Amino acid sequence: MTHLIILPVVLPALLGPITLLFFRAHPAAQRAMGLGGTAALLALALALWPIATDGPQLYRLGDWPAPFGIVLVLDRLAALMLILTAFLALAVQIYVLGTGWDRKGRHFHALFLFQLMGLNGAFLTGDAFNLFVFFEVLLIASYGLMVHGGGTNRIRAGVQYVTYNLVGSSLFLIGLATVYGMTGTLNMADLGQRIAALPDGDMALTRVAAVLLLLVFAIKGALVPLHLWLPNTYALAPGPVAALFAVMTKVGAYATLRLGSVMLPKGTTELLFGTLLAPAGMLTLIIGALGVLGAKGLARQAAFAAVASMGTVFIGLSALDPAVTAATLYYMIHSTLAGALLFLITDQVQTLRNSDDLTQARPPLPGTLAALFFVAAIATAGMPPLSGFLGKLLILQSLPVWPVWTTILLGSLLLMLGLARSGSLLFWKGYEIAAQPTGQIPPLARFALVALILSLVALTLFAGQIHPALQQIAQDLHDPIAYVQANDLPAMGAKP
Amino acid sequence: MEFVLSAAIGVLAASGIWLLLRPRTFQVIIGLCLLSYAVNLFIFAMGRLWLGAPPIMPRGGFVNPAAYADPMPQALVLTAIVISFATTALFLVVIIVSRGMTGTDHVDGQER
Repeated sequence: MTHLIILPVVLPALLGPITLLFFRAHPAAQRAMGLGGTAALLALALALWPIATDGPQLYRLGDWPAPFGIVLVLDRLAALMLILTAFLALAVQIYVLGTGWDRKGRHFHALFLFQLMGLNGAFLTGDAFNLFVFFEVLLIASYGLMVHGGGTNRIRAGVQYVTYNLVGSSLFLIGLATVYGMTGTLNMADLGQRIAALPDGDMALTRVAAVLLLLVFAIKGALVPLHLWLPNTYALAPGPVAALFAVMTKVGAYATLRLGSVMLPKGTTELLFGTLLAPAGMLTLIIGALGVLGAKGLARQAAFAAVASMGTVFIGLSALDPAVTAATLYYMIHSTLAGALLFLITDQVQTLRNSDDLTQARPPLPGTLAALFFVAAIATAGMPPLSGFLGKLLILQSLPVWPVWTTILLGSLLLMLGLARSGSLLFWKGYEIAAQPTGQIPPLARFALVALILSLVALTLFAGQIHPALQQIAQDLHDPIAYVQANDLPAMGAKP
Repeated sequence: MEFVLSAAIGVLAASGIWLLLRPRTFQVIIGLCLLSYAVNLFIFAMGRLWLGAPPIMPRGGFVNPAAYADPMPQALVLTAIVISFATTALFLVVIIVSRGMTGTDHVDGQER
């Protein structure tokens, strides 16, 4: 048991309040805390990866044994998500410093750190109720980040975002309470064992609880028809915040994976994922792609692209096959980075054009931005040569059924059309106004954008090295014996 | 007792949901409060209903399971109360700001 495991939660939990209490009037110190904290988290996540490859590691909080105390479990999937989150956060943080977004409101860095604490905790925890608590931590921080910088439209969207998620939290609690009422435990691994041992008469109740939990994770993952909160929120949130939120939808997908793999017995998972998740995922992809095609503003388009990417992820997850899960994880890493890239570029376009409406004529934009947008559009639509294409190809290859092929290919076509339309409107139509391109991307912001693109290139080039690791993760998920054993549960005695 | 409690939870949840679907932010926040009361009672009830049984271990460390309430839901409900209290306070701030900036208390920020 190494204490390193809890640091991704404790570090931001310490730095956040310090930033808030002592550096109120010191913007430079706030920036140092934000940047330093995020960089430290990335180093920490990278240091945790080799520990996770030795098999799932348990961390007992307060040294209480597993089903009674809360545990953190570090396995490969958790470590992967920690690395992804920290890398994305660092790129966003650099972008924020470059553009000065943090000066447009107060306490940006403290909220940013709290958000990271919630995300890291949600990925690490091995306790279902603790998952709820970390969901709340990341949501409360996200409420603050979402309305950062103020403005009427943003606040208006903020009210609906908060309401939607508060209802989601209530549903989460009802689901957890039902599960506890049936099994008398909240430890995920213990839940899996006890739910499997329940008498047949309790099956209906199990399914109700499972559907409730799935609903909550679907809200987070913006699964149609529960995606309604996302387009407005992401389109109106500050650009870098929307980019960080790209990993928040993935928390929904991650929790769904854990629910299906550890907490529910195989039969229930198959039923639930096959009848609910698969069709909803396809619908999500199509609706997201149609939204991209129909959106009037670039930010809204990026938001719908995020919905579409979650559709692909959920289609992959619902297949319950190790090969497909590995492919989906690859696509998930890609879509997080690509989605964030598109949001950051959208922010630059909005700043330089002073408008989000695609159809409004504005002076031309600088060529670097056009090139960056081109790369981001290729990545988002999943075209070669970037990793999105590889990800989709892997999913299609491992899931050769016609509804999936039709949906994913049609979705990609619609995405491509939509992004091509906005690209030509933004970067070509501008030249109808006789003017020279004005404005420049701040150097630090450009550095962050290029870093994100390079990460996508690396993901493509090293796919041969990354994919086997993901296959290992998928294998662990489909046969979670090691995860359950790591929890060191007492032998199952009498029924509770 | 079971009937009274389940009816109370049901009525609270139903009124909460009805209010949630109303167009005014004040109604929405009251609805969310009612819903969270229903949820808290529900969590509490999931430890089964006990009368006169404390969830505290008596001196000496021996616990008679027949006269011992499950302490777990009580701890969970405390957490849930604290969190819903905090989120309600935060939501209140957001809707007050929204009222100030948009000049209306409609959830869409504009009158239809």
